[in-house]
Amino acid sequence: MSLNRRLLNERGGEGHRGPSLPACDVPVRPLAELLPGVPLRASLDLPQVSEPEVVRHFIELSSLNHHIDKGLYPLGSCTMKHNPKINDELAALPGFALSHPLAGDEANQGSLRVLLELQRTLAEITGFAAVTTQPVAGAHGEMTGLMLIRAWHRSRGEGEQRTRVIVPDSAHGTNPASVHLMGWETVTVPSGPDGCVDLERLKAALDTRTAAIMFTVPNTLGLFERAIREVTAAAHTVGAQCYMDGANLNALVGLVRPGDLGFDVMHINVHKTFSTPHGGGGPGGGPVAVAAHLEPFLPAPVVEERDGRLRLVHDRPHSIGRVHSFNGNFGILVRALAYIATLGPEGLRQVSRSAILNANWLKARLARAYELPYPGHCMHEFVLSGRGLKAHGVKTLDVAKRLLDFGVHAPTVYFPLIVDEALMIEPTETETLDHLVHFAECMERIVAEAAEDPERLRTAPHDTTVGRLDEGRAARELQLTWRKPATRPTDQVSPAGRS
Amino acid sequence: MAYVGLSREEEQRMLRDIGVARFEDLVESVPADARLQRLLKTLGPASEIELRRMLGGWAASNVADRVPSFMGGGLYDHYVPAAVNAIAGRSEFATAYTPYQPEVAQGTLTVIFEFQSMIAELTGADVANASMYDGATSLAEAALLARSQTGRARVVIAGALHPHDLAVLRTYLDGKGVTVVADKGGQCAAEDLQSALGPDVACVIYQHPNFFGLLESPRTIHRIAHAAGALAVAVCDPIALALLDPPGAAAGDDPGADLVVGEAQPLGNTPSFGGPLLGYFACKAALVRRMPGRLAARAVDAQGRPGFVLTLQTREQHIRREKATSNICTNQGLLATRATIYLALLGRRGLAEVAELCVRKTHRCAELAAAIPGYRRAHEGAFFREFVLECPVDAAAVCAKGRGMGVLPGVDLGQFRPEWRRHLLVAATEQRSADDIARWADVLRAAGGAR
Repeated sequence: MSLNRRLLNERGGEGHRGPSLPACDVPVRPLAELLPGVPLRASLDLPQVSEPEVVRHFIELSSLNHHIDKGLYPLGSCTMKHNPKINDELAALPGFALSHPLAGDEANQGSLRVLLELQRTLAEITGFAAVTTQPVAGAHGEMTGLMLIRAWHRSRGEGEQRTRVIVPDSAHGTNPASVHLMGWETVTVPSGPDGCVDLERLKAALDTRTAAIMFTVPNTLGLFERAIREVTAAAHTVGAQCYMDGANLNALVGLVRPGDLGFDVMHINVHKTFSTPHGGGGPGGGPVAVAAHLEPFLPAPVVEERDGRLRLVHDRPHSIGRVHSFNGNFGILVRALAYIATLGPEGLRQVSRSAILNANWLKARLARAYELPYPGHCMHEFVLSGRGLKAHGVKTLDVAKRLLDFGVHAPTVYFPLIVDEALMIEPTETETLDHLVHFAECMERIVAEAAEDPERLRTAPHDTTVGRLDEGRAARELQLTWRKPATRPTDQVSPAGRS
Repeated sequence: MAYVGLSREEEQRMLRDIGVARFEDLVESVPADARLQRLLKTLGPASEIELRRMLGGWAASNVADRVPSFMGGGLYDHYVPAAVNAIAGRSEFATAYTPYQPEVAQGTLTVIFEFQSMIAELTGADVANASMYDGATSLAEAALLARSQTGRARVVIAGALHPHDLAVLRTYLDGKGVTVVADKGGQCAAEDLQSALGPDVACVIYQHPNFFGLLESPRTIHRIAHAAGALAVAVCDPIALALLDPPGAAAGDDPGADLVVGEAQPLGNTPSFGGPLLGYFACKAALVRRMPGRLAARAVDAQGRPGFVLTLQTREQHIRREKATSNICTNQGLLATRATIYLALLGRRGLAEVAELCVRKTHRCAELAAAIPGYRRAHEGAFFREFVLECPVDAAAVCAKGRGMGVLPGVDLGQFRPEWRRHLLVAATEQRSADDIARWADVLRAAGGAR
């Protein structure tokens, strides 16, 4: 391993250390006197590295990452758009960053104002009556939304009977996983040849055991379900609730409000639609918006305004309870509000408009080189199939890896599951035409390479610091920390191991 | 238009390329009567100058900045070294996605591996994951894991657990099967715990230091839990673990806690009104296939070059869907990055020094308070960087007095339970100077005298 690729524990050593701390300015008494009888640890094997070494280590690592500030990141359903820099500065203002949630409402009027304004704004954008900002990720929002639905059914004496959730076969994996977390059963209904759900099959699956339907709008093929209002009406007819997965809200902002489509509850990924940075895998934000009948069940506490003063109201007898330690990912919510305020009403409408335009332009261009299983106009994203390349022994994975050589990130691949060799592409509204052209040229070049030099694709990427890593071997020789040579999952658990 | 990459002329050109006359033709699948026929009613548009004015004003209206804080209760005012912000603020870390293409995400994956390694070291556990939403949801996931591992339903809380952790746990478990063994004098009593256990108990959960800042007896709790066939789940503050016997490690005849979870905000992250936070999740190697969330592992490429990948993804929702161990997808990656940088900067000596300073400053507070008429510690046990002070007046009055005098004197426990209304939870970090502590004592005197 090169000097630059050493891990922290392989750098520095005894005598190296980072920033110093102030000398103790209160009387120094032995720890044994302050912590009588408390067993202390014998050693702490953390790195010993100076600040310059730490900085070089992480800067070297940072150079190994692709990121949206560097180039296109067309991951379908992930909405990798520009992250405005002003928003990071605002969230880091000491008045926000040091605000402590247990200091009381009087000490936190500014933070509460942010929550209330954002909740009102998200309610307006989605067309719902109320919003909780406690959930911190999309999947967390899904769980919260399903709990609200369960509480609603229980309030009507139908909690025991309604344990099924209907999802289309194009759904995100989090949907069935969230259903399972509730102890409920997922019923999958197929999509029709047009990529939209088969309405008759859906109706046949609906009955009084149905707790909810979960739909992503537009769906993961990037298609707006034309019959969505018939879908929600059919669900309501049997007493089910309608959940909207808001992962693709970017296509709808200012154009359609989910609350107007008959949905009862949805989550909003603020780290997608509202531009907050992904951070290499979080933090995100997953606020949940609900129609009025679900409002009493929202997680406690909720923010209320009375006589110009804001307060957190904990006394909520019908609430599903708390889903987060405090008030959700506040620092992320500050960014989302700043983004919305920057755009304003006209700018928000332009978000969906440009996102849809970019996706359709790219789709029209790439349809010449790749198979397009669902023709017609798309919303903010579209799905290609790479199966035409199989003739050359080239898979979608190879396309994805080759793109990395060209300095653009791969699209989402092998999802949705209903498309063979799927490539799911979402350019977002913040990309310029130049970048779309560059991406299209890369994709077209790959098709040409598949015919001329398929091996070049099968062994891609070539220009990254590492090539394809052996994931199977990594899982077999599992090494999850630097502490021990190997961690064997077969080690005995103590003592009630059932597995 | 802010943040949109197209001009009107480019839009027209693109529409022509697509072969449609107008934008509306692209969205003809959206029924016309379902479309919003007006503009949204929101704030803005706002320039950066106006945004700073509005949000800056709200930030300034919080009592948070330039006020010495003795607040704790799960979130602490530890110093964040400048290099943490400088590194973690870089686009390469902040604007990257989840590392699904490892060849262009080795930075993020290496950081996750280092985070896992250092959390495992701190907790004494074999393995740790890439992060959870916060301490409370990490604990809830630990309880779910214990239930599926043991096939047992009930979860027992040994003593003083943070009320919000308990609340989130109840939400996740649908309010069922949670038994709380009340503390005795602030700590868990072994005989009380013993008598609460039975063959239906999946795990025993304890917080160490506990919600009141008091230290528990982990080894005793582990032994009692294991004897009943239950797993032991420790909820620990990572700064305290710099000094304390790590509960996940074996010692004598105790194999250690099976799961160690908690809130890692104190490692290089700010309280930020309670989020984003950083849940950590560590456990015995034997439980790794039941773990929620992401895991990074060492790997090599075809040329033998070392790197890291996400591993055991068959546990996760995007592969296993309804059979996944958890529904978690997005976690708290950037906060884990900050924690990793923080631990690297402080290192083994620096972190222990922070912990020792916290102990000394907090004990200094307790010492000064004991000398003020009307104030006394509510419990007798050993404490780390937090303790409960019983006040001669409502703690809310002490807090109000503090706001007036420019000090946040602690957490009013009356907000959790009416019978705790005179209890103030006081924490002092390494950031509190002797002068801050003297001002804090002045607040107590002023509040006590105002009776």
